[in-house]
Amino acid sequence: MGWIKEHPVLEFSHKKKVKFVFDGKDLEGYEGEPIAAALHANGVTTYRKTKRMDRDRGFFCAIGKCSSCFMVVDGVPNVRTCVTALKEGMNVETQHGDGQVALLDERKRR
Amino acid sequence: MRETELLVVGGGPAGLSAAVEAASHGCEVMVVDSDLALGGQLIKQTHKFFGSESERAGTRGFKIAEILLDELGQLKGKVEVLTNTTAESYYRGDGVVGCMTDEDNYWFVKPKKIVNATGASEKILPFPNNDLPGVYGAGAIQTLMNVYGVVPGKKVLMVGAGNIGLVVSYQLLQAGVDVVGIVEFLPNISGYWVHAAKVRRLGVPVLLKHTITRAIGENKVEGAYIQAVDDNNQLMGEPQKIDCDIICMSVGLSPTVDLLWQAGCKMMYVPELCGYVARRDNQMRTSNADIWAAGDAHGIEEASAAMVEGRIAGLGAAHSLDHVDRVQFGERLGMFWQRLDNLRAGATGEKIRCGVGKCTCQAWEVD
Repeated sequence: MGWIKEHPVLEFSHKKKVKFVFDGKDLEGYEGEPIAAALHANGVTTYRKTKRMDRDRGFFCAIGKCSSCFMVVDGVPNVRTCVTALKEGMNVETQHGDGQVALLDERKRR
Repeated sequence: MRETELLVVGGGPAGLSAAVEAASHGCEVMVVDSDLALGGQLIKQTHKFFGSESERAGTRGFKIAEILLDELGQLKGKVEVLTNTTAESYYRGDGVVGCMTDEDNYWFVKPKKIVNATGASEKILPFPNNDLPGVYGAGAIQTLMNVYGVVPGKKVLMVGAGNIGLVVSYQLLQAGVDVVGIVEFLPNISGYWVHAAKVRRLGVPVLLKHTITRAIGENKVEGAYIQAVDDNNQLMGEPQKIDCDIICMSVGLSPTVDLLWQAGCKMMYVPELCGYVARRDNQMRTSNADIWAAGDAHGIEEASAAMVEGRIAGLGAAHSLDHVDRVQFGERLGMFWQRLDNLRAGATGEKIRCGVGKCTCQAWEVD
């Protein structure tokens, strides 16, 4: 979908562009902006799959309230990507089903 | 355990106004906001506000946020701001509030007083496939588009012709996105005519007495079905297929009152204010003497009113902490109420006046 290039009223002051990984693919987004916004700009619409029905979930409320955009970020499940700032080199993965605490333990061991 | 005189929960128009008012009287204030940036919905508004001069009519919403943040900046020594921080629990025994910063840092603060300015959350309609990616709240679209500069999609079907639906349709057009139409269940446009006229002039059809009946798509929105409704609100005629990749829902808001419930505030269902709200006195104080509320959390209204309510709540909290003397308190309270009454005057304010009347008492009886 991309970023807005021209706007009659608003000026967007993005910070620097950073690289991050989404499901093994290299993508770019702006540092400090929500992970979910960067994904959307890259045309990614599915952020997680539901446990029972395998339904797609993506961007929805954008204010950290609805749980639609939960993803696995740097090994941590259930991260609200709409209110979590993007950083250089983040590893963002589609979350399948409920978040697995085992992933969290693994991260703490590292 | 952190301590502060006044905890303001929410850094939108109401919360920022409360913080500025209280801090300007010398009160020590901590503002927590769940978002990455302060300003709440104000920073997403590109249109010039109506209302009255004292509430910055004629200024664009995001500029009003800048002005408020500037005022707050000048009170730096008195105000601490924490973003990406959600106040999520209130412990009744000792008035301690549990806050979560980022995704894993849970901590406590013991404030003397609290202003709950938590805003609202969006409603959605039930229809098949309403969970598909591409069905977004109007506020979410505004965040994506006007705060972060991301193009939300190519073709948008807007559901709801209230002010938010009309304003966001116009904002989408500003961002270069096609709005294929606005469907409205009611027989009339409930938003202001000036907003409706702007989108109509740009050729966006507004279909009254129409609703969405289904979203189309496998993994994301690829279209929608809409259908007309008759005088008895029943579907009639044939469904019509709409080509769109975004379905934007602007079908109302509910006040966010979770902390107020937790704090045992006396709550009341007020349809005119769009949900459960706290009963309050004329300084926005709830039945819990340590807690005030303001803005959409005290009933869905406009940002202009939210800013005045925030001022009143901030003044009340500062007064209760002996930062404002009785005379000044009375004078400022009267002035703010005059401004609030002006905003709510006339036919458009009738619903709000009625709703506020139902849940406001002159003063709580002191135990």
